[in-house]
Amino acid sequence: MSVTTTSIAVDETPLVLHLLRRADDALILGHRLSEWTGNAPTLEEDLALANIALDLIGQSRALFDYAGSLCGLDEDQLAYRRDARQYRNLLITEQLNGDFACTIARQFLYSAFIDPYWREAMSSSDATIAAIAAKAEKETAYHLRHASEWLIRLGDGTGESHRRAQAGLEELWPFTGEFFEVDAPDQSLIDAGTIPDPAELHDGWSSRINTILARATLTRPKDSWMQTGGRTGRHSEHLGHILAELQYLQRSHPGAKW
Amino acid sequence: MTEAPTPLWEVFVRSRNGLAHKHAGSVHAADAQMALQAARDVYTRRGEGLSVWVVPSNAITASDPADREMLFEPTGSKIYRHPTFYEVPDEVGHM
Repeated sequence: MSVTTTSIAVDETPLVLHLLRRADDALILGHRLSEWTGNAPTLEEDLALANIALDLIGQSRALFDYAGSLCGLDEDQLAYRRDARQYRNLLITEQLNGDFACTIARQFLYSAFIDPYWREAMSSSDATIAAIAAKAEKETAYHLRHASEWLIRLGDGTGESHRRAQAGLEELWPFTGEFFEVDAPDQSLIDAGTIPDPAELHDGWSSRINTILARATLTRPKDSWMQTGGRTGRHSEHLGHILAELQYLQRSHPGAKW
Repeated sequence: MTEAPTPLWEVFVRSRNGLAHKHAGSVHAADAQMALQAARDVYTRRGEGLSVWVVPSNAITASDPADREMLFEPTGSKIYRHPTFYEVPDEVGHM
């Protein structure tokens, strides 16, 4: 008996793999943020979070497009036809939104990493990555400012907002170790000057976190055991639920177009 | 427990160099920096802006609607204030 599947196989060269990692980060976080649409605390934030979601989904499209051109697939196939175990996103991006403070904490921790990453990637030896980075960096610079200013006001706001912001940081902190992971495929790209070395971004990330948390009167969580697994497809239970919603149409009607 | 309402800000957007900032609408925000961010997020989503101003709504002094007749109606009969009585020679072309 043969079993048919709508899932595709991807030939993950180091470059394709890295592009998928960055694309999946942006797609999954963008999808999570889109869940705030219609539910944000104010109309202004509803639009702000939707704008950021659209920026991220746009970044994922550019990255999927480039990855697809290297492995003979298109952006829709890469987004809609891979299973959870084939997704390469950071675990922090798939975590539940929680309350507004938790969402802001996640956006802050991620943006403080990814904005300097894109700035460094603008001088990539790969011209396409450099171009994608130049566009993305302008967007993530604003994401970082938006999240930083909110975190400062939540932390230094009322007792309730401070408590929620601190709780969000504590919950998400164990997911920040993944930002700086490097495995053999990524190392080969770092050596070739194709992507930035995340280790060299750590000090800048750390001092940015300290500066904003000090202004927010929040406490930096202690480094202890860090979560890992997203980059090799070992995800939390949340990703399957996201993909069910994200992929059902293309899974039911493969290749459907608007 | 009562909460203070979030202040209201008026938003002015300048779309091109050389043009004046134009009133676009209003946003709620706790302070000026957050008002600027909200104004950017709400009113410049389609490439409308090069520059944004925000002004606390309560800093604006407005004319009283009841004074409308006194303030504005008398100008209705002063058509000579419109520059429509000049003969423009053809050689001038578009001014």
